[in-house]
Amino acid sequence: MIVTSIQNPDLDDDSLVENVELELLLQAVYLKYGYDFREYSRAHIKRRVLHYIANKRLPNISSLQHELLIEKKCFDELLQELSINVTEMFRGPGFYKSIREKVAGLLKTYPYIKIWHAGCSTGEEVYSMAILLKEEGLYDRTQIYATDFNPRVVKSAREATFPLKYIKEYTSNYQKSGGQESFSDYYRATNSSVIFDRSLTKNMVFAEHNLVTDRVFAEVNMIISRNVLIYFNRHLQNKVLSLFDESLSTGGFLGLGNKETISFSDIAPKYKIIDAREKIYKKSHE
Amino acid sequence: MNSVPAYQAVVIGASSGGLHALKKMLPAIPRDFPCPILIVQHISPVSENYLTVILDKVSQINIKEADEKEPILAGTAYVAPPDYHLLVEADKTLSFSVEDKVNYSRPSIDVLFQTAADAYNEHLVGILLTGANADGSEGMSYIKKRGGFTIVQDPADAESPVMPKTAIMQQEPDMILTLDGIIEQLLKPGFIFPEKKSHQ
Repeated sequence: MIVTSIQNPDLDDDSLVENVELELLLQAVYLKYGYDFREYSRAHIKRRVLHYIANKRLPNISSLQHELLIEKKCFDELLQELSINVTEMFRGPGFYKSIREKVAGLLKTYPYIKIWHAGCSTGEEVYSMAILLKEEGLYDRTQIYATDFNPRVVKSAREATFPLKYIKEYTSNYQKSGGQESFSDYYRATNSSVIFDRSLTKNMVFAEHNLVTDRVFAEVNMIISRNVLIYFNRHLQNKVLSLFDESLSTGGFLGLGNKETISFSDIAPKYKIIDAREKIYKKSHE
Repeated sequence: MNSVPAYQAVVIGASSGGLHALKKMLPAIPRDFPCPILIVQHISPVSENYLTVILDKVSQINIKEADEKEPILAGTAYVAPPDYHLLVEADKTLSFSVEDKVNYSRPSIDVLFQTAADAYNEHLVGILLTGANADGSEGMSYIKKRGGFTIVQDPADAESPVMPKTAIMQQEPDMILTLDGIIEQLLKPGFIFPEKKSHQ
């Protein structure tokens, strides 16, 4: 694959060398470990890689490349650096409010609901959705698939345990999302963490899935993938949106982050906008 | 003959007191300003886009909240949205990240400045304004390292002097100017604008 973006004639030599090293590193990661970051937003990846080599006190990207080829542990660490896991329960409460008001009513007409959280990170938004669906009387006939490429966060998400210190903020988000119940009924607190109720986890399946390299695995009625596409270049965004499209049944819903859009993608003509601000779309035809 | 312009983009970082400073500075930029302007103003994560709306109302150049993968064009100022880091790609488009806060900030000035310096190298002007924290210092050093031009607001002129002061201590900028001085410098022929042509 020839990447033209690094062959910028304006670049001074240091900058060019660094970009070449980065390109080779991503190639090496792909060839050795199968994780494909080559079509990620390059500025972002470069920042994370430089951050990692600074912490490891490595002199340059090439030395990181050598080390991770011979040392799996080094790659595992880099993978954590490249996996962004900033999330919260009912993150961007307006999104959940919109799901309650504009989507839940339509889901109620379905006999069975399958939802895919693609890029679920540590699971906060998956549990948020389960709570919302429970309150709407839908959860008992829902199956949630929650996936992420990072095995460590998938394991953590499965445990239904979150730090106690954020619960005040989460409770406030829950209320802003239109939640009417007592949020504390959904978990029990220990000294430092909260554990969510078994009634929420029962219909969840957590699995490793890589949006870049893996295929469709189920037909679903709703896909939630917020602030995942922002890390991909336009070409990869289009590819992943097509994967979402293949997975969604007609009439199904797609929820993205509020700075993400399908408007530049091949799938745009098939979708109508349910909420322009919260980036909720409905697949209107095949 | 036309030569390649020395500078292709201006990045501005501001924190506490920044809204006043930007409200003074941006309206002074004429519509035919030959560079794009990229702005990080620290702002509450839940704030609406009022910053952009206010600035656009009083400015001649187009001021908008940055969009994902948007191409960067001259005559436009792009403002980082609340709760997103704003990054510049090598192909001069904008991208976002919601990774951890940097210097307790998202958007972070350092993130914008470092990625812009990688994209524009010596063709970048970095301007650091008023603020009460240390964001922007690393970014300013990085712009210097890549050969760009740096201007820090005179701490005595800044509503909050800490941010400019911190940057000056870390790395001597090319210029330390008052807000009026910065405006004057940006409009000076031979800097961002080409040298004045002789009368035709």
